[in-house]
Amino acid sequence: MSGKDRLAIFPSRGAQMLIKGRLAGAQKGHGLLKKKADALQVRFRMILSKIIETKTLMGEVMKEAAFSLAEAKFTTGDFNQVVLQNVTKAQIKIRSKKDNVAGVTLPIFESYQDGSDTYELAGLARGGQQLAKLKKNFQSAVKLLVELASLQTSFVTLDEVIKITNRRVNAIEHVIIPRLERTLAYIISELDELEREEFYRLKKIQDKKKIIKDKAEAKKAADKLLESGKELRDIVNLLDEGDEDLLF
Amino acid sequence: MALQSAVKGKLISVIGDEDTCVGFLLGGIGEINKNRHPNFMVVDKNTAVSEIEECFKRFVKRDDIDIILINQNIAEMIRHVIDAHTAPVPSVLEIPSKDHPYDASKDSILRRAKGMFNPEDLVR
Repeated sequence: MSGKDRLAIFPSRGAQMLIKGRLAGAQKGHGLLKKKADALQVRFRMILSKIIETKTLMGEVMKEAAFSLAEAKFTTGDFNQVVLQNVTKAQIKIRSKKDNVAGVTLPIFESYQDGSDTYELAGLARGGQQLAKLKKNFQSAVKLLVELASLQTSFVTLDEVIKITNRRVNAIEHVIIPRLERTLAYIISELDELEREEFYRLKKIQDKKKIIKDKAEAKKAADKLLESGKELRDIVNLLDEGDEDLLF
Repeated sequence: MALQSAVKGKLISVIGDEDTCVGFLLGGIGEINKNRHPNFMVVDKNTAVSEIEECFKRFVKRDDIDIILINQNIAEMIRHVIDAHTAPVPSVLEIPSKDHPYDASKDSILRRAKGMFNPEDLVR
């Protein structure tokens, strides 16, 4: 037991209280983290299913957009270079907001119109209708893609956070709590042993004291006896007057 | 930071074949900044892979770009660079191009998702 992994701490009552507190804290933290992981997981799955849905939708929208591009090209003639050369300022821009899920900030993109259409006059000669349709198709594609991008960003962020949270949960569950428990068990066993030792010591001291007391008492009694003997001897000696002439 | 980014709109950039680029530019996402750097790149069959890589890295580094759209067939060419990009912003989106249909199994995000879901969920 003592050879196992535990905190290097001196086994005392104070340390026991400390470790108990830490154990309670670790258990509480474990519960809270587990809840957080669950909340994130729910959100994550929701986002994932949405991503898959949007990706399939995107395929269709892009197909339609590409088709309308071909249509516009057919009516207007090749305008690729004109469009590529005339780029100035972006008309659609992205704003990002922050969403909060269980303490995790997820960026949410939002597209908005800013400024006028650069290609207002494109297709003025012919094919204007097709071009307008093309623009509309691609704008809706952009909107969808922005939505998809925010979903994807959330996905990546959540994925990371979930991994971290799960790692923490597992660390607490499988490393920190067992270690604290082992430390606590060690402290308790050590304290018990100390207590037994203390008890034994007290017993021993009592025994010793008793022996000493007994000895003292015995000595006292002996002394008393001696005293009384002396007196007796004195009494005996009363007769003995130190007369040398006396024979008996 | 949220306020700051709300004030200043970010851009969408495109790496794709000519038609894809033209389409999105007509959609109104093209911008050329003060240094005459466009936020799009037209890839044709003569474009070297290293050039695409370079461009992708440049877009990732630019802090006014939040979303990078890239054609899936082009993404395949620089797959290692895209897989190395793990930060959430800018987010990289793979889009189907005109002559390459969308293949969900190649998408880097969906491939990551596949580990967590059974394949039946993905094919719907």
